Amino acid sequence: MKAGIVVFPGTNRERDMAHALKLITGHAPRMIWHHETSLGDLDLVVLPGGFSFGDYLRSGAMAAHSPIMAEIRRFAEKGGHILGVCNGFQVLTESHLLPGALLRNAGLRFLSQDCHLKVENATTPYTRGWKSGDVFRAPLAHGDGNYTASPETLQRLEGEGRVAFRYSTASGHVSHDDRHANPNGSALSIAGILSENGRVCGLMPHPENLVDPEIGATDGVPLFKGLVEALVA
Amino acid sequence: MKIRVYVSLKEGVLDPQGKAIGHALNSLGFQGLGEVRVNRVVDLDVPADDSSAAIAKGEAMARALLANEVIEDYSVEVVA
Repeated sequence: MKAGIVVFPGTNRERDMAHALKLITGHAPRMIWHHETSLGDLDLVVLPGGFSFGDYLRSGAMAAHSPIMAEIRRFAEKGGHILGVCNGFQVLTESHLLPGALLRNAGLRFLSQDCHLKVENATTPYTRGWKSGDVFRAPLAHGDGNYTASPETLQRLEGEGRVAFRYSTASGHVSHDDRHANPNGSALSIAGILSENGRVCGLMPHPENLVDPEIGATDGVPLFKGLVEALVA
Repeated sequence: MKIRVYVSLKEGVLDPQGKAIGHALNSLGFQGLGEVRVNRVVDLDVPADDSSAAIAKGEAMARALLANEVIEDYSVEVVA
Protein backbone atom coordinates (compact mmCIF):
# COMPACT_ATOMS: atom_id res chain seq x y z
CA MET A 1 0.00 0.00 0.00
CA LYS A 2 1.44 3.33 -1.07
CA ALA A 3 0.66 5.84 1.68
CA GLY A 4 1.57 9.49 2.08
CA ILE A 5 1.50 11.55 5.27
CA VAL A 6 0.89 15.29 5.00
CA VAL A 7 2.98 17.42 7.34
CA PHE A 8 1.91 20.96 8.28
CA PRO A 9 3.90 23.35 10.49
CA GLY A 10 2.97 22.15 13.99
CA THR A 11 2.08 18.60 13.00
CA ASN A 12 3.66 16.31 15.59
CA ARG A 13 2.17 12.83 15.17
CA GLU A 14 3.50 12.10 11.71
CA ARG A 15 6.26 9.81 12.95
CA ASP A 16 3.88 7.71 15.04
CA MET A 17 1.70 7.34 11.95
CA ALA A 18 4.71 6.49 9.77
CA HIS A 19 5.85 3.88 12.29
CA ALA A 20 2.41 2.24 12.32
CA LEU A 21 2.16 2.23 8.52
CA LYS A 22 5.67 0.82 8.09
CA LEU A 23 5.13 -1.81 10.77
CA ILE A 24 1.85 -3.10 9.36
CA THR A 25 2.08 -2.48 5.62
CA GLY A 26 5.82 -3.12 5.31
CA HIS A 27 6.27 0.07 3.31
CA ALA A 28 7.48 3.41 4.61
CA PRO A 29 5.01 6.17 3.74
CA ARG A 30 6.02 9.28 1.81
CA MET A 31 6.17 12.44 3.90
CA ILE A 32 4.50 15.33 2.09
CA TRP A 33 5.23 18.90 3.15
CA HIS A 34 2.14 21.11 3.04
CA HIS A 35 3.74 23.41 0.45
CA GLU A 36 3.93 20.61 -2.09
CA THR A 37 1.35 20.66 -4.85
CA SER A 38 1.42 17.05 -5.98
CA LEU A 39 0.63 13.85 -4.11
CA GLY A 40 2.07 11.46 -6.67
CA ASP A 41 0.67 7.97 -7.02
CA LEU A 42 -0.86 7.06 -3.65
CA ASP A 43 -3.45 4.60 -2.33
CA LEU A 44 -3.92 6.45 0.93
CA VAL A 45 -3.33 10.00 2.16
CA VAL A 46 -3.09 10.50 5.91
CA LEU A 47 -3.54 13.80 7.73
CA PRO A 48 -1.93 13.13 11.11
CA GLY A 49 -2.32 14.71 14.53
CA GLY A 50 -0.67 17.74 16.04
CA PHE A 51 -1.32 21.46 16.17
CA SER A 52 -1.11 22.71 12.61
CA PHE A 53 -0.34 26.43 12.51
CA GLY A 54 -0.64 26.54 16.31
CA ASP A 55 -4.38 25.86 15.96
CA TYR A 56 -4.77 29.62 15.47
CA LEU A 57 -8.31 30.88 14.76
CA ARG A 58 -9.81 27.36 14.92
CA SER A 59 -8.10 23.95 15.01
CA GLY A 60 -7.34 22.98 11.41
CA ALA A 61 -8.63 26.25 9.92
CA MET A 62 -5.29 27.43 8.52
CA ALA A 63 -4.12 24.00 7.36
CA ALA A 64 -7.36 23.65 5.37
CA HIS A 65 -6.02 26.39 3.06
CA SER A 66 -2.48 25.05 2.63
CA PRO A 67 -1.31 24.54 -0.97
CA ILE A 68 -1.43 20.72 -0.74
CA MET A 69 -5.13 20.81 0.19
CA ALA A 70 -6.22 21.67 -3.36
CA GLU A 71 -4.54 18.47 -4.52
CA ILE A 72 -6.11 16.53 -1.64
CA ARG A 73 -9.51 17.85 -2.68
CA ARG A 74 -8.89 16.56 -6.23
CA PHE A 75 -7.69 13.23 -4.80
CA ALA A 76 -10.96 12.97 -2.84
CA GLU A 77 -13.03 13.86 -5.91
CA LYS A 78 -11.31 11.05 -7.84
CA GLY A 79 -12.37 8.63 -5.10
CA GLY A 80 -9.07 8.57 -3.19
CA HIS A 81 -8.85 7.28 0.36
CA ILE A 82 -8.03 9.86 3.04
CA LEU A 83 -7.61 9.22 6.76
CA GLY A 84 -7.57 12.16 9.17
CA VAL A 85 -6.62 11.56 12.79
CA CYS A 86 -7.10 14.16 15.53
CA ASN A 87 -5.88 17.45 14.01
CA GLY A 88 -6.23 15.69 10.64
CA PHE A 89 -9.95 15.15 11.38
CA GLN A 90 -10.25 18.85 12.25
CA VAL A 91 -8.55 19.77 8.96
CA LEU A 92 -10.98 17.52 7.05
CA THR A 93 -14.04 19.20 8.62
CA GLU A 94 -12.57 22.68 8.07
CA SER A 95 -11.99 21.68 4.43
CA HIS A 96 -15.59 20.43 4.17
CA LEU A 97 -14.31 17.02 3.09
CA LEU A 98 -16.23 15.75 6.10
CA PRO A 99 -19.36 17.34 7.61
CA GLY A 100 -19.68 18.93 11.04
CA ALA A 101 -17.10 20.55 13.28
CA LEU A 102 -15.01 19.83 16.37
CA LEU A 103 -15.74 22.15 19.29
CA ARG A 104 -13.90 22.65 22.56
CA ASN A 105 -14.17 19.56 24.79
CA ALA A 106 -17.32 19.75 26.92
CA GLY A 107 -15.22 19.77 30.11
CA LEU A 108 -13.00 22.54 28.66
CA ARG A 109 -9.83 20.64 29.53
CA PHE A 110 -7.30 19.19 27.14
CA LEU A 111 -7.72 15.44 27.48
CA SER A 112 -4.79 13.04 27.28
CA GLN A 113 -5.99 9.57 28.18
CA ASP A 114 -7.11 6.25 26.79
CA CYS A 115 -10.64 5.85 25.53
CA HIS A 116 -12.67 2.99 24.12
CA LEU A 117 -14.16 3.00 20.66
CA LYS A 118 -17.07 0.94 19.46
CA VAL A 119 -17.04 -0.02 15.80
CA GLU A 120 -20.41 0.96 14.34
CA ASN A 121 -20.07 0.01 10.70
CA ALA A 122 -17.56 -2.70 9.84
CA THR A 123 -18.14 -2.69 6.10
CA THR A 124 -15.77 0.21 5.29
CA PRO A 125 -12.07 0.13 4.31
CA TYR A 126 -11.28 1.68 7.68
CA THR A 127 -13.32 -0.67 9.85
CA ARG A 128 -13.32 -4.01 8.00
CA GLY A 129 -10.60 -5.34 10.32
CA TRP A 130 -13.21 -5.41 13.10
CA LYS A 131 -16.76 -6.70 13.46
CA SER A 132 -19.63 -4.28 14.06
CA GLY A 133 -19.96 -3.84 17.82
CA ASP A 134 -16.29 -4.60 18.54
CA VAL A 135 -14.71 -2.39 21.18
CA PHE A 136 -11.05 -1.42 21.18
CA ARG A 137 -8.79 0.84 23.19
CA ALA A 138 -7.22 3.97 21.69
CA PRO A 139 -5.25 6.84 23.19
CA LEU A 140 -6.68 10.32 22.72
CA ALA A 141 -5.03 13.72 23.17
CA HIS A 142 -6.99 16.80 22.18
CA GLY A 143 -8.60 20.01 23.35
CA ASP A 144 -11.15 20.34 20.54
CA GLY A 145 -12.71 16.94 20.00
CA ASN A 146 -16.34 17.63 20.76
CA TYR A 147 -18.02 16.64 17.51
CA THR A 148 -21.03 18.64 16.47
CA ALA A 149 -23.21 18.93 13.38
CA SER A 150 -26.70 20.11 12.53
CA PRO A 151 -29.53 17.75 13.54
CA GLU A 152 -30.11 17.01 9.83
CA THR A 153 -26.45 16.12 9.30
CA LEU A 154 -26.40 13.88 12.37
CA GLN A 155 -29.51 12.13 11.14
CA ARG A 156 -27.93 11.58 7.71
CA LEU A 157 -24.69 10.25 9.21
CA GLU A 158 -26.68 7.77 11.30
CA GLY A 159 -29.06 6.78 8.52
CA GLU A 160 -26.31 6.26 5.96
CA GLY A 161 -24.07 4.21 8.24
CA ARG A 162 -21.42 6.91 8.23
CA VAL A 163 -20.66 6.82 11.94
CA ALA A 164 -17.51 4.68 11.94
CA PHE A 165 -16.59 4.81 15.62
CA ARG A 166 -18.39 5.85 18.78
CA TYR A 167 -16.94 6.53 22.25
CA SER A 168 -17.99 3.86 24.72
CA THR A 169 -17.01 2.21 27.99
CA ALA A 170 -14.64 -0.77 27.92
CA SER A 171 -17.67 -3.06 27.85
CA GLY A 172 -19.17 -1.22 24.87
CA HIS A 173 -21.80 0.80 26.70
CA VAL A 174 -22.54 4.09 24.91
CA SER A 175 -23.80 6.96 27.06
CA HIS A 176 -23.71 10.42 25.52
CA ASP A 177 -23.93 12.40 28.77
CA ASP A 178 -21.47 10.29 30.77
CA ARG A 179 -17.92 11.74 30.58
CA HIS A 180 -16.44 8.28 31.29
CA ALA A 181 -18.09 6.85 28.20
CA ASN A 182 -18.00 10.00 26.05
CA PRO A 183 -14.98 11.97 27.33
CA ASN A 184 -15.26 15.12 25.18
CA GLY A 185 -19.05 15.39 25.01
CA SER A 186 -19.38 14.63 21.28
CA ALA A 187 -22.85 14.62 19.77
CA LEU A 188 -24.21 11.05 19.79
CA SER A 189 -20.79 9.99 21.17
CA ILE A 190 -19.38 10.25 17.65
CA ALA A 191 -15.61 9.65 17.55
CA GLY A 192 -15.16 9.02 13.83
CA ILE A 193 -17.17 9.53 10.65
CA LEU A 194 -17.04 8.74 6.94
CA SER A 195 -17.65 10.72 3.79
CA GLU A 196 -20.62 9.96 1.56
CA ASN A 197 -18.56 7.53 -0.55
CA GLY A 198 -17.02 5.95 2.57
CA ARG A 199 -13.48 6.74 1.43
CA VAL A 200 -12.67 9.71 3.63
CA CYS A 201 -12.53 8.92 7.33
CA GLY A 202 -11.82 11.22 10.26
CA LEU A 203 -11.50 10.30 13.93
CA MET A 204 -10.16 12.06 17.00
CA PRO A 205 -8.41 9.20 18.89
CA HIS A 206 -5.08 7.71 17.82
CA PRO A 207 -5.25 4.02 16.80
CA GLU A 208 -1.72 4.45 15.36
CA ASN A 209 -0.35 4.77 18.89
CA LEU A 210 -1.43 1.27 19.86
CA VAL A 211 -0.03 -1.00 17.16
CA ASP A 212 3.34 -2.13 18.47
CA PRO A 213 3.52 -5.00 21.01
CA GLU A 214 6.45 -3.08 22.55
CA ILE A 215 3.96 -0.43 23.66
CA GLY A 216 1.80 -3.01 25.38
CA ALA A 217 -1.19 -3.52 23.11
CA THR A 218 -2.12 -3.77 19.46
CA ASP A 219 -5.73 -2.57 19.50
CA GLY A 220 -5.18 -0.22 16.56
CA VAL A 221 -3.77 -2.83 14.17
CA PRO A 222 -7.10 -3.79 12.50
CA LEU A 223 -7.45 -0.25 11.09
CA PHE A 224 -4.24 -0.60 9.11
CA LYS A 225 -4.62 -4.31 8.25
CA GLY A 226 -8.11 -3.60 6.94
CA LEU A 227 -6.82 -0.73 4.81
CA VAL A 228 -4.14 -2.94 3.28
CA GLU A 229 -6.76 -5.59 2.44
CA ALA A 230 -9.12 -3.01 0.98
CA LEU A 231 -6.62 -0.95 -0.99
CA VAL A 232 -4.08 -3.47 -2.24
CA ALA A 233 -6.47 -6.24 -3.37
CA MET B 1 -10.74 51.31 5.68
CA LYS B 2 -11.07 49.73 9.11
CA ILE B 3 -13.67 47.07 9.57
CA ARG B 4 -14.62 44.78 12.42
CA VAL B 5 -15.74 41.19 11.88
CA TYR B 6 -17.74 39.64 14.71
CA VAL B 7 -17.78 35.85 14.83
CA SER B 8 -20.14 34.11 17.25
CA LEU B 9 -21.25 30.54 17.81
CA LYS B 10 -24.62 29.90 16.21
CA GLU B 11 -27.63 29.80 18.47
CA GLY B 12 -28.09 26.27 19.72
CA VAL B 13 -24.37 25.44 19.55
CA LEU B 14 -23.17 24.81 23.07
CA ASP B 15 -20.46 27.21 24.31
CA PRO B 16 -18.60 25.39 27.10
CA GLN B 17 -16.28 28.36 27.59
CA GLY B 18 -19.20 30.73 28.07
CA LYS B 19 -20.77 28.29 30.48
CA ALA B 20 -17.59 28.10 32.58
CA ILE B 21 -17.33 31.89 32.65
CA GLY B 22 -20.97 32.09 33.75
CA HIS B 23 -20.24 29.71 36.62
CA ALA B 24 -17.17 31.70 37.64
CA LEU B 25 -19.07 35.00 37.59
CA ASN B 26 -21.81 33.42 39.65
CA SER B 27 -19.28 32.31 42.27
CA LEU B 28 -17.94 35.88 42.34
CA GLY B 29 -21.37 37.06 43.39
CA PHE B 30 -22.85 38.06 40.04
CA GLN B 31 -26.07 36.16 40.41
CA GLY B 32 -29.05 35.74 38.16
CA LEU B 33 -27.00 35.60 34.97
CA GLY B 34 -28.63 34.17 31.89
CA GLU B 35 -26.63 32.58 29.12
CA VAL B 36 -22.99 33.70 28.68
CA ARG B 37 -21.47 33.45 25.19
CA VAL B 38 -17.87 34.10 24.18
CA ASN B 39 -17.43 35.62 20.73
CA ARG B 40 -14.47 36.61 18.58
CA VAL B 41 -13.73 40.04 17.11
CA VAL B 42 -11.29 40.49 14.24
CA ASP B 43 -10.24 44.02 13.30
CA LEU B 44 -8.96 44.47 9.77
CA ASP B 45 -7.68 47.36 7.72
CA VAL B 46 -8.85 46.63 4.18
CA PRO B 47 -8.20 48.45 0.93
CA ALA B 48 -11.62 49.76 -0.11
CA ASP B 49 -13.03 53.02 -1.47
CA ASP B 50 -16.33 52.97 0.34
CA SER B 51 -18.13 51.28 3.21
CA SER B 52 -20.14 48.85 1.14
CA ALA B 53 -17.03 47.58 -0.67
CA ALA B 54 -15.24 47.23 2.67
CA ILE B 55 -18.15 45.29 4.18
CA ALA B 56 -18.39 43.05 1.13
CA LYS B 57 -14.68 42.24 1.52
CA GLY B 58 -15.14 41.52 5.21
CA GLU B 59 -18.03 39.19 4.48
CA ALA B 60 -16.02 37.35 1.84
CA MET B 61 -13.14 36.91 4.29
CA ALA B 62 -15.53 35.69 6.98
CA ARG B 63 -16.94 33.06 4.62
CA ALA B 64 -13.48 32.01 3.39
CA LEU B 65 -11.68 31.74 6.72
CA LEU B 66 -12.68 33.87 9.69
CA ALA B 67 -15.90 32.00 10.48
CA ASN B 68 -16.80 28.33 10.19
CA GLU B 69 -20.38 28.56 9.00
CA VAL B 70 -21.12 25.05 10.27
CA ILE B 71 -20.99 26.38 13.83
CA GLU B 72 -20.58 30.14 13.62
CA ASP B 73 -22.39 33.29 12.44
CA TYR B 74 -20.64 36.48 11.47
CA SER B 75 -21.38 40.15 10.98
CA VAL B 76 -19.24 42.97 9.63
CA GLU B 77 -19.23 46.69 10.41
CA VAL B 78 -17.11 49.65 9.38
CA VAL B 79 -15.12 51.05 12.30
CA ALA B 80 -13.49 54.10 10.71
